[in-house]
Amino acid sequence: MSAYLIRGGRVVDPAAGTDRRADVLVRDGLVSGVGDDLDAADAEVLEAQGAVVAPGLVDLHCHMREPGREDEETIASASRAAAAGGYTAVCAMPNTDPVADSAAIVEKVWAAGRAVGLVEVVPAGAISRGRQGLRLADIGEMARSAAQVRIFTDDGHGVQSSLFARRAMEYIAGFDGIYAEHCEDESLAAGGQMHEGERSAVLGLRGIPSEAEELMAARDIALARLTGCRLHLLHVSCARTVELVRQAKAEGIRVTAEATPHHFTLTDAALEGYDPNTKVQPPLRTETDRRTVISGLADGTLDAVATDHAPHALEEKDQELTFAPPGMVGLELALGLTLTELVEPGHLELMDALDRLSTAPARLLGLGDHGGPIETGAPANLVVLDPAARWEVDPDAFHSKSRNTPLAGRPLRGRVLHTLFKGRPTVRDGRVSDRELAAR
Amino acid sequence: MFGAHTSGGEVMIKHLLSMDQLSADDITRILDTAESLRQVTDRPIKKLPTLRGRTVCNLFYEASTRTRISFELAAKRLSADVINFSADAKSSVSKGESFKDTAWTLEAMGVDAIVVRHGSSGAPHQLSNWARASVINAGDGSHEHPTQALLDLFSMREHFKDFNGLKVAIVGDIMHSRVARSNIKGLITMGAEVTVSGPPTLIPPQVASWGAKVSYDIEPILPETDVCYLLRVQQERQSEQLFPSLREYAALWGLDARRMKMMPEQSLVMHPGPMNRGVEIGADVSESPRSIVLNQVANGLAVRMSLLYLMLGAPNQEIAA
Repeated sequence: MSAYLIRGGRVVDPAAGTDRRADVLVRDGLVSGVGDDLDAADAEVLEAQGAVVAPGLVDLHCHMREPGREDEETIASASRAAAAGGYTAVCAMPNTDPVADSAAIVEKVWAAGRAVGLVEVVPAGAISRGRQGLRLADIGEMARSAAQVRIFTDDGHGVQSSLFARRAMEYIAGFDGIYAEHCEDESLAAGGQMHEGERSAVLGLRGIPSEAEELMAARDIALARLTGCRLHLLHVSCARTVELVRQAKAEGIRVTAEATPHHFTLTDAALEGYDPNTKVQPPLRTETDRRTVISGLADGTLDAVATDHAPHALEEKDQELTFAPPGMVGLELALGLTLTELVEPGHLELMDALDRLSTAPARLLGLGDHGGPIETGAPANLVVLDPAARWEVDPDAFHSKSRNTPLAGRPLRGRVLHTLFKGRPTVRDGRVSDRELAAR
Repeated sequence: MFGAHTSGGEVMIKHLLSMDQLSADDITRILDTAESLRQVTDRPIKKLPTLRGRTVCNLFYEASTRTRISFELAAKRLSADVINFSADAKSSVSKGESFKDTAWTLEAMGVDAIVVRHGSSGAPHQLSNWARASVINAGDGSHEHPTQALLDLFSMREHFKDFNGLKVAIVGDIMHSRVARSNIKGLITMGAEVTVSGPPTLIPPQVASWGAKVSYDIEPILPETDVCYLLRVQQERQSEQLFPSLREYAALWGLDARRMKMMPEQSLVMHPGPMNRGVEIGADVSESPRSIVLNQVANGLAVRMSLLYLMLGAPNQEIAA
């Protein structure tokens, strides 16, 4: 097989807690040495001068849209976008068509990910059949399938019935799975287009109050206490939810949580021009919420940065805001936004930022091959990034099939140079290298 | 985004999307021009050549008789060609032509102005990003209805010389009312004092930050009210449990003859129409001399002519006989 020498970089390894200048030698899919005088005569050199070498990024929350909406995204296109964004593992949300609520569907998604071979595609399974919140999905069969599903969610909807949520947690706990919630009380959120507050009142758009998220988060934390199930709160958007997670963790409840780059970057002010690309669920909240989400990521209350990458066809977003579906793409922006919005202003150290992007989500999903440590014998899932590179968001350059983001033209700092998945460069000098992989 | 605010003889604004765009001077200019233009409608030949050769399209995604007819007549009195386009506001991916494609179609036909009414808040903003034509908001969702506010201001100015210190009560469903939003903005810009009243569920808590006062009880504010502006009660708000019943609404917030007597002698009653007599307005109130509902309709024509004239026409041209 092949050997690569990642030369001259600063190795930042949150799993080991180390930050040092070292070369990294990769051979036959594994890290075969970290240090200065490595025997690398036969290795191809990947230049990392002035760059950071870190464990490949892990996304807990990605809508790959396959099966069902291959016009918006496919496992292949999402894998390319993920690799370009520095990811080596991506969790595929189950709100596909058909819904990933059975072993057959999750195995299909998992196998398609393997066939593309650019990132590890980790399928999440639905909690309820058809995500209807009425009958349990084939949770055990999905857990025991080749896809080995560990995380279950009806994402896109919260589970509305408290009894159903309790039963699902009890059942999932038996498989040591994770119950992941899209926290939203739909009776409070119904018809909502944006965060409820000062701005929604002026814009005449129906609001979604923060309490719609807070109430379900509080209920789920109570049910996690009752059932002992691992609970993960998806895309935390408001300050009070951060506080609830902080208290629950202090109490010893098994709860984790994630936040998206758009919730730590934008606020409801972005809705003022009625751009449908600013419509997301949960909605962009206030500046106080944004700052609290950042502080939650900084102190580890929020475990991970997750993209909630939600591709939508142009014709679906290019209509009246109230008709447009919620969501924005994120795989190719998450690293840049994290470095620009969290690290550059000094809210998080680079080490902690990389932990939230890689090590913590890898541990959460139980992905032993990802998230570091970067040491001899470990699988070589790595990203090499230039933290100083400046660039502007250009949706036309996305590898994703969709372009729905309100961040076009935004200047960002920090860019992927190389991504290595199982010891092979999926991105090299900033370019996705799937030709090379196809020839493998 | 909205085009420059200019004064004097310049074209005032490219699009009219929100009352936020208009300064007190802009509003005064629109009302003054409307006053001159209203004299035209009193002539035997009620037409000016100002917009000859220009095309105005009324693009209505919501049924509306009075606003559409008012705009149509306003454009015709200024000699513009008028086309009317009615469509269903549905998510356009599944059925029919998308809003954007419709905009581009009108664009390709070379229309100069699009008067748009849409059930979706912000639709005129979006249209203004797609079309080169001037966009005039004729009511969008729960957002704004600026031409209604302008005609209401015009109607108030006919009776009260000065907006400064004028006390206006706006009563009803503030939450969902585009008329209320535009009127509150316009009135406050002109120096009036606004108090809103109605069921607590229909008054957004943010009203105070708009500069308006809140009184859930209507009666204490009536003796101090120069203009009582009643909003139409939408039947569906009752089924959404926003208030218990139309009967209770009428009992607590309806303006009947007894309540009207609490208002000062020179005060006015206004309503954007269509009225629910016996609910927000007593039948006897709507027919009393204090009610200027029909003046509002007549003034709507003059104000819309004024806007088209200032936005599309040659504003330096004299409104000569």
